[in-house]
Amino acid sequence: MSTMATVVFFIFAIIAVAAAWGVVTSTNIVHSALFLALSFLGVAVLYVLLNAEFLAAAQILVYAGAVSILVIFAVMLTLRGDVAVSNPNTNKWTWGVCVAGLLFALIALVILTNDAWRILPMPSTAGGTTELSALLLSWYMVPFEVAAFLLTIALIGAVILAKGGKERK
Amino acid sequence: MFKEMHNLFQWAWLIPFLPFLSFFIIAFITKRSKGLSAAISILAILTSLCLSIGIGIGVISSGAEVVENPVMSTVNWLSIGGLQINFGTLIDPMSAMMLFVVTLVASMVQIYSLGYMHGDKGFSRYFCYQSLFAFSMLGLVLSTNLLEMYVFWELVGLCSYLLIGFWYFKVSAREAAKKAFVTTRVADVGLLIGIVLLYTKFGSLDFYGPGSLSAQMASGFQDFALIGSVSYLTVMALLVFIGPMGKSGQFPFHVWLPDAMEGPTPVSALIHAATMVVAGVYLVARMFFLFDNASPVALEFVAIIGSFTAIFAATIAIAQDDIKKILAYSTLSQLGYMMFALGVGALTASMFHLMTHAFFKALMFLGAGSVIHALHEKQNIWDMGGLYKKMPITTITFGIGVLAIAGIPPFAGFFSKDEILASAMHSGHPFIYAIGLFTAFLTAFYMCRLFFVAFLGEEKPENHPHESPKTMTVPLIILAFFSVVGGWAALPDHNFAYFIHYGVFEPEAMDWGLAAISVAAGLIGIGLAYSIYVKKAIKAEDVVARFPGVYKLLKNKYYIDEIYQWVIDKIIDGFIAKVLYWFDIYIIDGIVNSLALLVRGTGSGLRRFTTGQLQTYALVFFFAVVVFYIVLAVGEGQLAGLNPLAMLGGVK
Amino acid sequence: MTISVGLSTYLLVGAMLFCIGLYGVFSKRNVIAVLMSIELMLNAVNLNFVAFSRFTPWENQGINPLVGQVSALFVIVVAAAEIAVGLALVITIFRNRKTTNVDDLNWLKW
Repeated sequence: MSTMATVVFFIFAIIAVAAAWGVVTSTNIVHSALFLALSFLGVAVLYVLLNAEFLAAAQILVYAGAVSILVIFAVMLTLRGDVAVSNPNTNKWTWGVCVAGLLFALIALVILTNDAWRILPMPSTAGGTTELSALLLSWYMVPFEVAAFLLTIALIGAVILAKGGKERK
Repeated sequence: MFKEMHNLFQWAWLIPFLPFLSFFIIAFITKRSKGLSAAISILAILTSLCLSIGIGIGVISSGAEVVENPVMSTVNWLSIGGLQINFGTLIDPMSAMMLFVVTLVASMVQIYSLGYMHGDKGFSRYFCYQSLFAFSMLGLVLSTNLLEMYVFWELVGLCSYLLIGFWYFKVSAREAAKKAFVTTRVADVGLLIGIVLLYTKFGSLDFYGPGSLSAQMASGFQDFALIGSVSYLTVMALLVFIGPMGKSGQFPFHVWLPDAMEGPTPVSALIHAATMVVAGVYLVARMFFLFDNASPVALEFVAIIGSFTAIFAATIAIAQDDIKKILAYSTLSQLGYMMFALGVGALTASMFHLMTHAFFKALMFLGAGSVIHALHEKQNIWDMGGLYKKMPITTITFGIGVLAIAGIPPFAGFFSKDEILASAMHSGHPFIYAIGLFTAFLTAFYMCRLFFVAFLGEEKPENHPHESPKTMTVPLIILAFFSVVGGWAALPDHNFAYFIHYGVFEPEAMDWGLAAISVAAGLIGIGLAYSIYVKKAIKAEDVVARFPGVYKLLKNKYYIDEIYQWVIDKIIDGFIAKVLYWFDIYIIDGIVNSLALLVRGTGSGLRRFTTGQLQTYALVFFFAVVVFYIVLAVGEGQLAGLNPLAMLGGVK
Repeated sequence: MTISVGLSTYLLVGAMLFCIGLYGVFSKRNVIAVLMSIELMLNAVNLNFVAFSRFTPWENQGINPLVGQVSALFVIVVAAAEIAVGLALVITIFRNRKTTNVDDLNWLKW
């Protein structure tokens, strides 16, 4: 990997992680939502570095483009009180730190001590969008259609829920 | 003849059963009718008397056979696992003798009570308790094993409590009843521990027969040292002896007997002179094989305690003024005689004295009751005087009793007391013999003092004595008869010793030399009392003035009661009770409370897990995941190198 | 000095994102924040998939390494559906209870 790629990786990895940190520590829910979008963008760039351009595009379109907006809308509809303190911490947040920290320490330990995973990427240009789409529409045809179906149902359900179906007389 | 008598022995259980039946009937059916209750009770005890006489004749006629092989008939009462307890009757010369004595004295006392307790509100209750006592005492006498005897032992203690506190509206009676019960109960702890130890060691509590205690001890039981150099058997013997110390009023458990005079006089005659108090002596006699097989220390202890009690009580008696208290201390003294007779190894002499003492002491108590009844509850001897004029029968019978206890031949006390003293001398206890001899002198002195002051001399003008009714004088006469002839059981060939002895029977001739000495001691005592109280040659007040301290000490019973009260107040109530209370509150309650606190603490701790909030559940869930992760990764997975346990065990 | 970015680095980044999301799940009072944290976790999983997909050698006949990307794609789809429904639920609850506080959703206690 070239130096350029390394630098880009580090920049955007740090952006992603820092934004994620901002999501969970910000007390302003709108800030959290925006930090989430930023994190998604950071991860999208990482996908590009991993030769998954299509996935990066899908990530930006779906996550940063739709999910984040949805979250903002939901925040807008359910906001009460002062927005600056609309995302407080619970009383048990120290327990959360402990468990999450412990889990991270363990996972990191495993990752760092595993010799099989210390591999550098093979320089290759294979595995682009063409191959992905071929795979998706041949081997994974059924899951593809099912996913579409799932999305439709989720959409309908969400609309019904948000509309308040019971009030129809 | 033996066959028929043997069949009669099978019916021995009726003897205690009939009074029990009478107790039951009086308690539940005839309580309202005084006459009927008395009739049933007396009928029951007289029937038991006839049966006892029958058994006595059977025992005597069967000669040596019953001595060698006591007749036992038992039923299995309790059978749990390895524990087998039988209840039954044991007929041997000793129990036959006791049966006769107990039923005779009990029937005399009950007939006497018809007159004495006449008009009392609790007449039926009295006969109810009398029957219960008769049942308990007779059961005790017929017991085949230690547990049965312990059951009846406690029952007689209960009856003693009920009868001492018969006039329960009197505070002094209630207190005396409690004192008697608690004192004997404290002593019974030793007995109970001894019984338990004996059972765990020998597996049986029977007196005689195959596999019984005596059989096991006779067949070469290996004794071993338990505490220091004291052997196991000695410890058990001493523990078992503590019970008789309480029941038979040996020092230091004697304190209840004088107070027990709060009960009606017939009760004192029956229970605290003739029958219950001798239960202790009877137990030691039954368990004599234990004392014999233990080290000589056990018997020495018995002898020392007995002789000390004898002289101790006698010295107190010379300074008492209440007629019943004098008789009570006299009983204590004579019980001491019986005990130390056992202590020097003279079972025969002890039992013989038990029998004769029952006769003349019951006689004297009933006579005292007659006097008290005639003088309307006056009990101080200095309030009496010259009773011989109006109460001749009482005076004569009482006089016979006094002569008997002083050991003057041919009355009963002479033979028995002399045999005890002779045994003490011949078995190498000269010091105890000397104590016994001096006590005999004192006994004669204070009994004659009582007799001279109360019955002879000038009449007091405020007294209006009259002779007691027939129901009271006939028992006196009968008991006086036995006080005269009772001692003659030592004379024939097949005499008392032939039937009741321990070990091999060796006919001993009377030691006339020692007999003369003891008679002389008695006569000196009588003479001294005569010169002080009749002739007034020596003034009693002068003697008192010369030894004021000694007199005060004797009159106040050596302040033993005060010492005990101080111990109880300061040490037991003040200290031990406080410590135990603290223990109860903080440690026992603390344990129970801490269990509850533990549960509560666990509950309030676990409560935090069930909040109903998803995030809490998620936390717990992921915590479990972390734990699993650690177990799998560090245990056998990739992070096994970090496993601290593996590092401890070396190369895996 | 060359710092090379290998598989383990990507995995570490994924782990970090995951644990941050986990922390957010535990410690946020607002339901929407919890949902956002769940999205972060899904993101981290996706990164894992794609990283493994990239670093699996092509010569491996047993599995097409692009399967990782396919899986990631489906995860994105499902995540989108899930957040849509989830937020719809949040809005419904808000309509009834006028609160988005997780602590108030405690009917499981009874």
